[in-house]
Amino acid sequence: MFDPGILFSSVLNGLTTGAVYALIALGLTLIYGVLHIINFAHGASLMLALYAVYFLKDRLGIDPYLALPLVVPGMFVLGYALQRVVINRAGHGKDENILLATLGIAIVMENLALIFFKSDTRNIDTAYSLATVAIGPAMIAVPKLVAFAGALVVSGLLFWIMGRTDLGRAIRAVAKEKEGAKLMGIDVDHVYAMCFGIGLACLGAAACFLLPAYYVNPQVGGGFVLVAFTIVVLGGMGSFVGALIGGFLIGIVESLGGLYLGESLGQIGIFVIFIAVVLFKPEGLFGARA
Amino acid sequence: MSPSNSRGLRELGLIALFVLLVACVPMFTRSGATLNFVMMALYATLIAQAWNILGGFGGQFSFGHALFFGSGAYIQAIAQLQGGINPWVALVLAVAGAALVGVFVGALSFRYGLKGSYFALVTLAFAEVFRILALSVPFTGGGVGLMVPLRESVANMQFGSRVGYLWVVLAFVAAALLVSWWLRHGRFGAWLQAVRDNEDAARAVGVNPFRVKLGAIALSGAFMGAAGAFYVQVFQYIDPSIAYGPAVSVEALVAAIVGGMGTVWGPVLGAVVLHLLADLTRNLFGELPGINMVIYGVVLVLIVIFLPRGIAGLGVSARRLIGGGKESSHG
Repeated sequence: MFDPGILFSSVLNGLTTGAVYALIALGLTLIYGVLHIINFAHGASLMLALYAVYFLKDRLGIDPYLALPLVVPGMFVLGYALQRVVINRAGHGKDENILLATLGIAIVMENLALIFFKSDTRNIDTAYSLATVAIGPAMIAVPKLVAFAGALVVSGLLFWIMGRTDLGRAIRAVAKEKEGAKLMGIDVDHVYAMCFGIGLACLGAAACFLLPAYYVNPQVGGGFVLVAFTIVVLGGMGSFVGALIGGFLIGIVESLGGLYLGESLGQIGIFVIFIAVVLFKPEGLFGARA
Repeated sequence: MSPSNSRGLRELGLIALFVLLVACVPMFTRSGATLNFVMMALYATLIAQAWNILGGFGGQFSFGHALFFGSGAYIQAIAQLQGGINPWVALVLAVAGAALVGVFVGALSFRYGLKGSYFALVTLAFAEVFRILALSVPFTGGGVGLMVPLRESVANMQFGSRVGYLWVVLAFVAAALLVSWWLRHGRFGAWLQAVRDNEDAARAVGVNPFRVKLGAIALSGAFMGAAGAFYVQVFQYIDPSIAYGPAVSVEALVAAIVGGMGTVWGPVLGAVVLHLLADLTRNLFGELPGINMVIYGVVLVLIVIFLPRGIAGLGVSARRLIGGGKESSHG
């Protein structure tokens, strides 16, 4: 139906988007894997990070990529505080309560953004916003390539933290056996908050890579929430490798769906995949069990 | 007569009294603002009651109740516009159609044992699918939406003042109160609450959880569809983001949770309290888009942290303290 060149460039585009999706999903799956909670405020938090990147560029002239050392720690602190002050107290032993608390947080974030920043869609202009590179027959935008590489680097960093550092070991211990970890002297509440912080820090990085080729408005997070959940569920809740591969898969599906079905109908593909995976294969492609 | 029976009858009397009092509101005031407030509070009560049937009594938290609201709204509008069907007849179709959507989503979700957060997310995904479909298919008018022409007459369910609308929505609220009462005291409600509290135990005593949950989602969808149809009659307009966007879903669940899930009066309390709060903030801050939702979000978080049983739960706790816990079976 389409010539191979267009198909190739569409898949390549999907891969670059998928890398950013994977980064967003990694944060979500980390929070799920350790705290066993679904962070419904993930999309809204990403939206806040995007606004941070936008205003840093717009008001202070800080390039989005140079904003990384500001936005990433900022999001980490936000995540740490949210978990410690709000979410940790909402559970009362029920998953649904946490989901409701994070839903409440998402509503507050989105509508505060609406009040303060209005509903306008904003984007930034950089010297490289429109630059492209030829890869075979395909033309890929430079910001997308940077996003692809950046997402891979951050993911690698996350793998390293989880696998090789004391923090990573503590996190894995808490995820596996909370009570045992507590007996070993691990401060579980601190580890939980660290996880939430790291999860949101991933969003900070994603926002810096995303904005040069994307836009921000108060509702922008909503679209990412279900995409990220789809990836996490597809990859298997709590699985890092799954989130990475799931991100690429969904990026390609979205890109091809847009190519064959048009922009608006193409999105349906993601939701249909989500519903189908949750219904028929809830353990995901790589997860041991849901 | 057993104590539980007389308690049930007392509650029934309370429902009748409430409906009668609200029905008489138009006799005491002609103020459009007051009537509008009562009508919108009743409308908010209705969607909270609808959510409460499935979420409160059934323990199945839906994040996508807009699915049923929007389906009811579109059936109501399309039946009139394309089928030339009388609005009162269309209303029946809208209620039935929304219930069917409920059965469809419920059959899929419950057949595969979806629970908790997964069920919440799947309902949200379904609502999104419907929203995108409504944007894409021709008969919904796409993003432009559908406008129902103004033809004021009772036969057309279009009233000159808010009074007519108030009575229509009050009738639905009354029906939902009766259904809630029945769920609290009847056999089906006992099954539903048993499934909510412990599905395996319920199954062990011979309850079919799938059927029970399916019944609950159909009922819940039906009332939500009625609210959607009512919306179309009042505002004579519907578009995909009003119909299937997240705002309605959020309003429904926040009001039910704030008031008290799984109770007869919780959704009424929650909807009225939230509406008063919204009015108050409007007076304080003026018409800021989104300020209502900020309040809803903050209240939701606070309630989940400090009052997980909602406002109605306050009364129960107080009664327990005073009555020494002898009525704990009705908690």
